[in-house]
This record gives sequence, structure tokens and C-alpha cells, in this order.
Amino acid sequence: MSKIQRTGRRHPVAAAALLLVGLFVSGGSYALVTGAATASNDVPSAQQIETGESLFLANCASCHGLNAEGTKAGPSLMGVGALAVEFQVGSGRMPMSGSGPQAEVKPVQFTQSDIDAMAAWVSTLAPGPGIPDDKFLTGGDASNGAELFRVNCAMCHNVAGAGGALTEGKWAPDLKNIDPVHVYAAMVTGPQNMPVFSDMNITPEEKRDIISYLQYLDENPSVGGFDLGSLGPVSEGLFVWIFALGGLIAITVWLTAKSN
Amino acid sequence: MAKSGKDVELSRGSAVQRTGLVENPGFEPAHKRVHDLDPAKATKAEKGISALFLISGLMSVAAFALNFAFPIVEGDLSTTRLNTLLVGVAIAAGLLSLGVGAVHWAKALMHGHDLVEERHPTRGDEQTRQRAAEIFTQANKESGWTRRRLLRNSLVTALVAFPVPAIALLRDLAPAEDPNTVLKYTAWKKGTRLARDTSGVAIKASEVTIGSAFHVIPENLHEYHETYLNEKAKAAVLLMRLPIEDLNESEDRKGWSYDGIVAYSKICTHVGCPVALYEQQTHHLLCPCHQSEFDVSNHCKVIFGPAARPLPQLPITVDAEGYLVAQSDFLEPVGPSFWERTT
Repeated sequence: MSKIQRTGRRHPVAAAALLLVGLFVSGGSYALVTGAATASNDVPSAQQIETGESLFLANCASCHGLNAEGTKAGPSLMGVGALAVEFQVGSGRMPMSGSGPQAEVKPVQFTQSDIDAMAAWVSTLAPGPGIPDDKFLTGGDASNGAELFRVNCAMCHNVAGAGGALTEGKWAPDLKNIDPVHVYAAMVTGPQNMPVFSDMNITPEEKRDIISYLQYLDENPSVGGFDLGSLGPVSEGLFVWIFALGGLIAITVWLTAKSN
Repeated sequence: MAKSGKDVELSRGSAVQRTGLVENPGFEPAHKRVHDLDPAKATKAEKGISALFLISGLMSVAAFALNFAFPIVEGDLSTTRLNTLLVGVAIAAGLLSLGVGAVHWAKALMHGHDLVEERHPTRGDEQTRQRAAEIFTQANKESGWTRRRLLRNSLVTALVAFPVPAIALLRDLAPAEDPNTVLKYTAWKKGTRLARDTSGVAIKASEVTIGSAFHVIPENLHEYHETYLNEKAKAAVLLMRLPIEDLNESEDRKGWSYDGIVAYSKICTHVGCPVALYEQQTHHLLCPCHQSEFDVSNHCKVIFGPAARPLPQLPITVDAEGYLVAQSDFLEPVGPSFWERTT
């Protein structure tokens, strides 16, 4: 051990060796990955991590700090994991367009490979939740999911997933046509003011059931006719006031008017 | 006007001379409708009205037919939707065109002249009134109502006593249990484990990660068979874990939480809605019914809205196996105020 001189500098060959290893890993993993599997499930290549870091420095570091240690403007990203990056950047919430009560959903700013690269880099900082296996994203029990949703999610997101208002300008977004990975990620990572529903609270299988319930809502129209945004008494009351009461007034006017 | 005022002969008793009264304008000049003036238009209206009646009949028959043409298939909710929509629209259209036709008939074709119906006086004439008085006097004479006082008074006594059994019968409709006990105590006891809502699986302290929110019932809740829902409605709890530095605990409640894990009643102190809209960054709890806001980091103090009291806190700790357990029941009644509540 003492034979190795610690100069603080890398051996000239190290960079070349690293590049070679990187190429082998990325080439090898590419060969392993079939079209169906997501690349993010695999070990990230060194090059991917490097790309991720440079993307982070260019786009995120002003708020999250040069080493993602967090600043006054943005939280630390230590241990948030690849899943948080996939949710925040993949849903268009990050980078934030401006400070406000809540990050808004915008058109996604990066390509999927860029997002995967940033996720890969962030997950090298500290261990955190990764992208879930495909088997936890499809084919669940919608009926069990509906019960879990009603108990754990409906108070904020509305039992039909229509979303709702929170305090001081914040809101729980509607859950229509959300990418299953993002539904899963939101439960695991607890973005912004949403509480965390870790795998110890709601198991991955139960999360799959909740995803299936949301997909059921997306695919099946409301059986009660027009849902008027599924907002309950607000939109339904407004509809009744304007159209039902307006119709009654019109009939009354017609009944009492003299025929011409 | 002054001159005509002098001409009016005042009756004895009238203190105020009334002048400038609005005269009864009488009827407006006769209003002729187009259907009165033009027989062609009247025929047209007649045809229109009969068309409405025919449409009404058609729609009622259609509602009957549609019920069989689009039957409700069990298990397929979209068929229920289609069936109720079509049958409902047909019935509504049938009834509406019937009504519109009838009103239009009355307005356009039936006679249109004005008429006055005088209101007859409510006081009966003298003869009727005398006859009524006669009947009462005769009845009194024949029955001896005023003469036989013992008989009359004993009848009154019997009638007063008659509703007494109802007091006992109606009293039995009240809850058997003292409502005070029901309202003041919940299913939580010392050592009751905190369990996940619906599944009833007990929660370990190690499973509650920072930022988590668990919807909690007492583990023994299933033992309440008949009163399960009533007990759940009182005992529902929201379990949250805050970063420990965000928690401002008063001295007397320092031992009520465990490692940043706190448990609060989910029943709003305003009118009892479930308060569960937890914001994990601001630590605010919002009640969706009337927007009461509670600050979890300060013992659920009310910071906005109509609620009068903080949410009651459930004192918790962990048992030997690491499960979260209640130290006792809530130390105050949960939910909204009631008459017998002392604090």
C-alpha cells in the first residue's frame, strides 16, 4: 500500500482506461437491453453519468448547488434517487419556470436520454429510490386500488382523481392520463407538499393497484352522465343555478305573458 | 281637488279626509290576439298544438320501447348510463310537450277576455250564526256539560292522563347508552397498536419515514362488530412524521410523540369532517369542508378557518416489538362541540 505514491493526480492512462471501461459497459449494456426494457433499469454508464453531471451543472445547479447540496433557492438532492429526477424533470415540473407556491407542469424540457443521464448522476450522490420494475406499473387490481386511493389519496386528489385546492395557492393536481412511472414516483418520493407513501406504507403491489384504478378512470367514462369536471357541488351547483333555475324562470315568464 | 274636498260629506268618526285616491282604472281595452283576428293563424296554432300532443304520445311510447331496446346489462355500467339517459329524455320530452301544448292551447285559442271573480265575505249571515249558537246551547242543555260538573271534570282528568304512556314509549326511542360516554371516549386504550386504515395491519415506528402520512385505525377496531363504523368515526387518526427540528412541542406534551412521529385525531373540531389534507413541507393540515387549517408543528393549533379548538393529539409510544401504540385514549373528546362538553 505504501508503494503507491499519492500525488493527487491520476495516472495518464487512467482516463483512457476509464473511457475504455465506459465504452465496454455502455456497449455491453446496449447489447443486453431489448427494445421493451427501459434503459434506466440498468447500470448507468460512466458516460451517462458524466453527461448527467454536465446537464445538471448547466440547468439545475443555480438552485440546487454545484454539488446538489442545496441552496436557499432549492433543496439538496442527496438521496432523492433517480425516481425523483424522473418525476420532477420527466413531468416538466423541473426546471421551475419561476418561484411560486408550487412547481407547475410545463412541456418536458429534456429528452428521455438526458433525463436518464441526470437521474443516473443524481443516484450516484447517495442511495435513493430507483425506477420501479415494469411489473409494478401495469396489470393491477383496480378495485383494490380504488379502496386504497379512497383512503390514502382521495382527500387531496378527489375520489375521481380530479385534483383539488390546498392552502395558500397550492393545489393537488388532477391525475388524468398520468404516466404510471410518475404516479409511482409521486407516492415514493413525496414531491413538494405531497406526503411520502413509502413501500412500507403502501407496498409496490398496492401502488400497482392504485395505478390500475387511475387507468380505469382514464379509460371509462363517468357512468352518471356529464361529470362536469368531477368537482362535486361547486360545478354541479353552478350548473343547476344557471341552467335549471334559468329554465324555470323562462317558463314562468312564458306562462304569465299574454299571447300576442 | 280642494274644491272637490269640500264637497265630500264627512262621516262622523272619520278623522282624516282622504283625497287624491287612485281611481279604479277598470279593464284594459280588449286585447285581440293574432289568432282571434286571423282564422288562418288560429288553424296553424291548432295544428301546432295537436302536433305537440302527438309528439308527447310518441315520446311516452318511445320511452317504453327504449327501455327494452337498450336494456340494462348487469355488470356493464355503460348500459345503465345509456338506458337511464334515453328513457329519461323520452319521458321528459313526453311530459314537457304535453304541458307546453296545454298551456299554448289555453293562451292562444281559448277565450281571451278579462273577467273579475268577486271574493265572497267570510262572515256568515245572521241566520247561520244564530242557528250555530242554538246548536251549542241545545247541546249543552242536553248533555249537561255545565250542569254535571263532576262528570265533566272526571272526563277532563281521563283525557289529561291518556298521553302519559306515550312518555314511556317515546323515551325508549332514545339511545340506551349515555351520549356523554359515547362522545367522550373512543376505542383507543393504553397499549392499543396503531394500524393501517382498512387493512388493519399494525404499524412499526421504523416504517414511518420522514414526510410520511399514515391513515390509522386502532388495531382492535374489528372487535366492534355492530358499532364498527361509529367507533371508526371517532377513533380515526392521522399519523405523520416530521423532521424532529420542525416540531415545537410544549413541555407537558414532550412525551406524546416518538422520534418526530405524531398522531392527531382526524375529526375536525368544527363540524366533524375528516381532516387529512396534509402538506408535508408546510406541515399544515387542511379541512376540505370549511377550510380550517391546523399547524401540525404546533400541536395542530388552528391558524385559519372556523374551527374553535386544536385537533386532539393521541399520545403514542412504541412497544417492545417496535410497534406504535397509544399511551391512553385521547385526553379530551374528539370532534365538534356538544352541550355536555366542559372544555
